[in-house]
Amino acid sequence: MPFGLLKYGFARKYPAWRQFPPRPDLKPSYDVVVIGGGGHGLAAAYYLSRYHGITNIAVLDKGYLGGGNTARNTAIVRSNYLTPEGVAFYDEALRLFQGLSHEFEFNILYSERGHLTLAHTDAAIRTSRWRAEVNTHLGVDSRLVFPEEIARIEPTMDLSRGVRYPVLGALYHVPGAIARHDAVAWGYAIRAAERGVALHPMTEVTGIEQANGRVTGVVTDRGTVKCGTVIQAVAGMSSVVAKMAGFKLPIRSIPLQACVSQPLKPFLNTIVVSGSLHIYISQSSRGELVMGSASDPYALYSTRSSLEFTEGLMGHLLELFPFLGEVKLMRQWAGITDMTPDFAPVMGTTPLDGYHIDAGWGTWGFKATPACGKNMAALVATGKVPDLIAPFALERFYRFQLLGEKGAASVGH
Amino acid sequence: MKILNCPLNGPRNIAEFIYGGEVTQMPDPNACSDAEWADYVLMENNTAGVIREWWCHAATAYWFIAERNTVTDEIIRTCPAREVFQARVAFDGPAEEGEG
Repeated sequence: MPFGLLKYGFARKYPAWRQFPPRPDLKPSYDVVVIGGGGHGLAAAYYLSRYHGITNIAVLDKGYLGGGNTARNTAIVRSNYLTPEGVAFYDEALRLFQGLSHEFEFNILYSERGHLTLAHTDAAIRTSRWRAEVNTHLGVDSRLVFPEEIARIEPTMDLSRGVRYPVLGALYHVPGAIARHDAVAWGYAIRAAERGVALHPMTEVTGIEQANGRVTGVVTDRGTVKCGTVIQAVAGMSSVVAKMAGFKLPIRSIPLQACVSQPLKPFLNTIVVSGSLHIYISQSSRGELVMGSASDPYALYSTRSSLEFTEGLMGHLLELFPFLGEVKLMRQWAGITDMTPDFAPVMGTTPLDGYHIDAGWGTWGFKATPACGKNMAALVATGKVPDLIAPFALERFYRFQLLGEKGAASVGH
Repeated sequence: MKILNCPLNGPRNIAEFIYGGEVTQMPDPNACSDAEWADYVLMENNTAGVIREWWCHAATAYWFIAERNTVTDEIIRTCPAREVFQARVAFDGPAEEGEG
């Protein structure tokens, strides 16, 4: 039997299933070049090919597909933001996420858990109430809950008053969910490639060609491609690539660390976040606890991990879940976030004609993936900025119209 | 633990310091355009490589300048701000007309 299985495995008659076609040669020109083969870039390519009939697209990435911040986030989806612009945008993303497995016919392991943002101070209660009001007004299911109800929602959490920062209440966002982040990128990649999108991993962009204020091509380490339209979706390296295109961004690159524990039996019902304690935790479908904390204290392009992070995280986390004291950490890593001054993204046109930006994804990039891809595709296909992403234009920084999303985005990734 | 060498207090744990962003040239607030001012206030070079940046030792509220590589996280040197800024910045130009 084992021998038969081996024979079957090596038989040419039964080739291994390939998710993506092998990397093609780089053509001399494409209609659209997407720089960045993460969730966002692949989503834009997918929506262009599926809904706008544009298939002569190249997706370039200096590494492998979905290997950057798409693989480094903590996979949380929610729309309980603070500004009406933010809530509307992230809620479109959440609704698209809910149907994504069906759209792909590929399981992204979308799992609705509910999302609790804990409040330990009067000021945090006030912000929670504010967010609940804005959310409810825009049809998003968020409400303020107090310790008796929190105890029913999350029975294993320590809600006693004998801790340094007792829980006074929480913003409860019922549709909060987690999804398999790799699968989201793969789903977009597989379905985009089926429609003729050329996927070019291990292809590093080294320059942007332009003439008369218009983008004309992209220089890579595998040759130059001509194109009239570019989408830059390289959050983490946004400033470096934008510099090639000749403009500056309001972004600081700051590492954000996360870690996972050994797998445990399911005990955690929701995604628990505390802005005051700088922690968040959820339990993956494998049973691992996925945990994160605040961003690193200074700008850096290195994805090293630090002991300060785990120490700071656990100091507070063990106050909420003391029984996790004996649990081992399995992995720890960092991603590079694009931090903007208003904690909101940058999407839309740029000073360079034909060059579109999808950047400023600080700690809110994964949950935006479908809405960002869909609207960036609509922008490229129609030439008109969709209403949903218009408030996030790069130009807002020159009009001093910032979006003030910090209260809802700074820790509650 | 990462050590930052404060010009006033000597080598200290980097957790005692606050990062203040890259050292850039401030345009003349009375003469520059709105776009130049927005550029100075909000836009970032965000250089991947060696930069000169502001740090503050929180406990002593002492601001100084460090040269650091933002790719390798190597601190090359630190110096008092007076090595870079010799003259005081004058803010005593004509005030803009406010609304009241």
